[in-house]
Amino acid sequence: MSDTKDLEKIEKRDKSIKIVRGAARYLFLTFWALIVLFPFYWMIITSFKSYSSYNSEYVPRLIITSPTLQNYVSAFTEVSLGRYLINTFIFTVITTAIMLVIVVLSAFAFSRLEFPGKNIVFALFLSLMMIPNELVIITNYVTITDLGLRNSFPGLVLPSVISVFYIYLLKENFEQIPDELYKAAKVDGTSDMRYLRRVMIPIAKPTIITIIILKVIECWNSYVWPRLITDDESYFLVSNGIQEIRENGFGRENIPAMMAAVVAISVPLMALFLIFRKKIMAGVARGGTKG
Amino acid sequence: MTNKKQTLTAWLCLLPAIIFLGIFLVYPMIDVFIYSFEEGYNFASQSYFGLGSYNYSYVLHDPYFIQALKNTFIIVLITVPLSTGIALIISLALSSITKLRELFQTIFFLPYVTNTLAVGLVFMILFQKTAYTDGMVNVLINLFGGESIDFIDGPYPAKMFVMCFYTIWVVLPFKILILTSNLASVDPIYYKAAQIDATPKWRVFFKITLPMISPMIFYLAITGFIGAFKAYSDEVALFGTDLNAAGMNTIVGYIYDMLYGNSGGYPSYASAAAIILFAIVFTITVINLLVSEKTVYYQ
Repeated sequence: MSDTKDLEKIEKRDKSIKIVRGAARYLFLTFWALIVLFPFYWMIITSFKSYSSYNSEYVPRLIITSPTLQNYVSAFTEVSLGRYLINTFIFTVITTAIMLVIVVLSAFAFSRLEFPGKNIVFALFLSLMMIPNELVIITNYVTITDLGLRNSFPGLVLPSVISVFYIYLLKENFEQIPDELYKAAKVDGTSDMRYLRRVMIPIAKPTIITIIILKVIECWNSYVWPRLITDDESYFLVSNGIQEIRENGFGRENIPAMMAAVVAISVPLMALFLIFRKKIMAGVARGGTKG
Repeated sequence: MTNKKQTLTAWLCLLPAIIFLGIFLVYPMIDVFIYSFEEGYNFASQSYFGLGSYNYSYVLHDPYFIQALKNTFIIVLITVPLSTGIALIISLALSSITKLRELFQTIFFLPYVTNTLAVGLVFMILFQKTAYTDGMVNVLINLFGGESIDFIDGPYPAKMFVMCFYTIWVVLPFKILILTSNLASVDPIYYKAAQIDATPKWRVFFKITLPMISPMIFYLAITGFIGAFKAYSDEVALFGTDLNAAGMNTIVGYIYDMLYGNSGGYPSYASAAAIILFAIVFTITVINLLVSEKTVYYQ
C-alpha cells in the first residue's frame, strides 16, 4: 500500500522536476533570443522616430508614438547611401560571377579530366588554403596601387574572386556524379564543355547555390579590402559607407537617420536569409567560417 | 590523342585559377617576407637601404603594437572559451526541446547575416553615454541600482567588456549552428543504453555527449582562436577607425594602420607585424593540436 504511494510520490516529483527543467530551458533560450533580437528591434524603432523626439528622450522609449519616414528620406538624400548600396550590389554580382566561373572550371578539371600532375596541383591548391588573408593583403595593396587600380571596380574585385575552399567543395560534389553519364555523353559525341554545362552543373546545383550564398554574404559584408583600396567616396561599399556616415554624415547626433541607414543596409541580407533560411544554414554548417 | 586533348582542356580550365592564385596569393606570400626584411623602404620611390631585422625590432618596441598585442590577447582569452561554452549550453538546450526549436534556431542565427559594421553602430549607441542620454544599457544598470558608465569613451575595462560582448554576439551563431547539428548526429543508441542503466543526466553529458562531440568543440576552439586573433572590424564598428586613439587597436588593426591611413605608408613594418601575427597564430594552433591529442576522443 505504502509502496504504491511512494511510487506515486516519486513519479510526481519526477514530473515536476521535468517541468521545472523544461521551463528553465525555455527561459534561458528566450533570454538569449532577446539579447540577439534587441539590437534589431532597437534600430528599427529608432529609425522611425523623429530627430527631436529621439533627442528629447533621456530615457529611450521602446515604443514609437508618432512614426515618421523622414529618416529614410534623409538617409537616401543627405548622404550617398544609395550610391553605397548600388556599389555593393555591383561588387557582389561581379565578384560572385567571376568566382563562380573560375571555381566551376577548376572543379571540373580536378574531378572529371585526367592529366599528368593532377594530384600534385590539387595538393598545392589545398595548401594555399592555409595562407591567411592578412599576410597577402599588404602586397596586394601595393600591386593594385601600382597598377593604378585604386578607387575602381577592378581593384575592388580582382583580389576577391578566388576561393580554394569552394573549388574543393564543388570538386567533391562533382566526383559523386557517376562515370557512366560521362561515358554515355562521350558516345553521343558530347564535348566536355557541353557535358559540364548540361549535366554536371544542373546536378551540382544545390552546392553551387550554397557557394553563391556564402560568397554573397561575404561580399556584402566585406570591409577590410574595400577600405584599403578606396578613399574616394563614390566607390565606397556599404561597410565603409556606414563608417563614413557615422564619422562625417548627418552630424554626430542624428542617430535616427543613422539607424535608417543601418536598417537599409541590413534589409537585403535579412530578406535573403529569410527566403533561403534552410539553404543558408545548411550551407554555413557545411562550409562556412566566421569567428 | 584524346588524352592529349584532355590534358590541354584541363590546363585551360585551371588557367584562370592559377593566374589569380599566383598573382594574389603565392606571389604576395613570398613578397611579404622580403618586405619585412627590407629596411627603410620608401613607398614612393620603391627603394630601400638594406636588409636586416630592424623592422621586427621597431614593431616589437612600438608602444602601439604592445597595446594591440595586449588587447588582442585579452579578446582571445575571454571570447574564445566564453563563446564556445555559451554556444554549448545553448545547443544542449536547443536539442532537448521540440516546440519552437526552429524559431529559436532562426533567431540565434540572425547575427551571422548582418553587416558587422552596421550592427556595431547600434551596439555603440546602446552602450554610449552622451550628454543627451545615458544610453539603453545604462538605463538597465540604473534600474538595478548601478552607476552609469560610458562604455565607449570611458575606462578601459568597460570598453573591453563591450568589445568582448559584441565579439561573442557576432561569433555565436556559427558555433551554435555547428554544435546543434553535431549533437543531432550522436547515435541515440548510447543514450538508450544509458537510460536502461538509469545513468544520471550529468554523467550522460560528461561520459557520452561531451566525448562524442569533443572533436567538433576542438575544431570550434581552433577556428575560434584563429578568428579572434584576427579581430579587427568589430573593433572599428564600436570605436571608429582611429583605434590607436581609443586604445583599442588589435594586431590586424595595427597592420592596416601601418599600411594605410593617417599613420600609414610603411609596408615593411606592416609586413613584419603580419609575420609576427602569423607566427603567434601558428604556435597557438600547434599547441592546440598537441593538447587535443590528449583530450579529444576520436572514434
